[in-house]
Amino acid sequence: MKKMQLEICCGTTCYMLGANRLLNIENEMPSDLRGKTDVRALPCMGLCNEKELSGAPYVKLNGQVIENATAEKIYEKMRALLEE
Amino acid sequence: MVDGSVFLRRELMIRFVRAFNNGSLETELDRFPVKMRPRQDNSSRCCIYHDRAVIKYRLMNLLGFSCEEETDESRTLASYYREAVKRDKPADVAEKLPLSVCEAGCSECPSSKVVITGNCRGCFSRPCMYSCPKGAISVVNQVSSIDYSKCIKCGKCTSVCPYHAIVKTTVPCEDACPTGAIHKDNDGHTRINVEKCISCGNCFARCPFSAILERSQMLDVLRALKNGEKIVAMIAPAAASQIAGTIEQLFTAVSRLGFSDVIEVALGAEETTAREAEEFREKMNAGEKLMTTSCCPAYVELVRKFIPDFLLHVSTTPSPMVFAAEIARREHPGCKVVFIGPCVAKRVEAARKNVDYVLSFEELFAMLAGKNIDVISCEPWPIPRPAIAAARNFARSCGVTEAVISELGGFKEDFQLDAKAINGIDRKTVAMLKMYASGKLPANFLEVMCCSGGCVNGPCSLKK
Repeated sequence: MKKMQLEICCGTTCYMLGANRLLNIENEMPSDLRGKTDVRALPCMGLCNEKELSGAPYVKLNGQVIENATAEKIYEKMRALLEE
Repeated sequence: MVDGSVFLRRELMIRFVRAFNNGSLETELDRFPVKMRPRQDNSSRCCIYHDRAVIKYRLMNLLGFSCEEETDESRTLASYYREAVKRDKPADVAEKLPLSVCEAGCSECPSSKVVITGNCRGCFSRPCMYSCPKGAISVVNQVSSIDYSKCIKCGKCTSVCPYHAIVKTTVPCEDACPTGAIHKDNDGHTRINVEKCISCGNCFARCPFSAILERSQMLDVLRALKNGEKIVAMIAPAAASQIAGTIEQLFTAVSRLGFSDVIEVALGAEETTAREAEEFREKMNAGEKLMTTSCCPAYVELVRKFIPDFLLHVSTTPSPMVFAAEIARREHPGCKVVFIGPCVAKRVEAARKNVDYVLSFEELFAMLAGKNIDVISCEPWPIPRPAIAAARNFARSCGVTEAVISELGGFKEDFQLDAKAINGIDRKTVAMLKMYASGKLPANFLEVMCCSGGCVNGPCSLKK
């Protein structure tokens, strides 16, 4: 199966507001999701400037933006993608 | 995910810097509380009005004023701003503390108490009753009950109950404070005792309401940079573990903020290592029993305030920050220096040791975020002479010891090295320290770090 692409914004704003905690997400994933993603750190995607600061940290899962990203939110979207 | 209070603190810093860069800080400041908690919004506390009040006090601290300095509740933030931009030096932290209690944010947690919860099943063996050293527990109507006139809060009953039905409530800031500096005044408001506080920042890091605030010098640095002053940024070695990207990329990012140069505090740590090893050798050969490190400023404050007799065993070698400042001033005559690290107590040391400003890693990153500077997109900075690994390792517990041992390595000595470390200061380790001081615990080289794990876990670290 093709791996999902998880891109974590590591622009300074996202990094400070939570992305720092997401970089290690691959090792913390529940067993049903482990090994199914390629995790990459991205430079600033510029999204934090659009909505002031209210959406940071941002991540992209297969190109789809997730705002106020938390590990739980990412898992949920991953499971939704797996079911498709 | 970062927790709510860390998020709010960082979000405010970024907004603050962005407004400063736009030149609109003075007019924006008083709008921030409403903008961040508009009427339709969910509140984090009881209501948006409470949230707004707390945001106001946080902004006051970002401007460099402590909450305790407020004499007129109706004074606007713009007015504080106008006062702040008149000062040519950051607000004093050596005499007045760098930490301040935000009364509006403080939950005024009730004093610690042992409580029997509804999970008690009134069991037959009653381990709580039999383990209580003061006979304070009895069983009334098939439920355990505590006689508070006898309870000494030892917590033995909490650990023996098979149902986890007994809990000890805590006051996080008071529990975290290693020196008993935090107390409640007669009105029940939390206060920090200036005489006892060692600025370790434990309360700042642990309060779940984020009610302990740090008086910032960020505005002073932002203004000096804007005025084109010559300032050298000195980055503490703890930075390496905090960032996405490399140290070299971080240095480029920092230089883009307008600093005239960026240097590693680890270069100062090399000097500290060499001198401290030499000092140790001299002291041991002169027959002294014990020497402790001196680079943790909160530890030095602890000794100064609570074990003054022990001060003669504390190394007199200046800290890496002081040596790094010397290097910066030698290479850039007439420059100002700013120490950037994860530490609260460094603010006090800097004020005493002629270091112009101190920024926390959080403040540095807010400044980078405010200018949209991305560390991982930066070119690596050509560090002319990188510091040796042992010096960069100062930020980790036992790093100083290892550096000094390897420095001593090449010599044959008449004395046997007996190195010990205190890794993190709390009430227990303060007691241990006193035992080292009185000779009851053996060691001749003692490393003390107030933060558990070393500076990398400092109260203003970005790892949170």
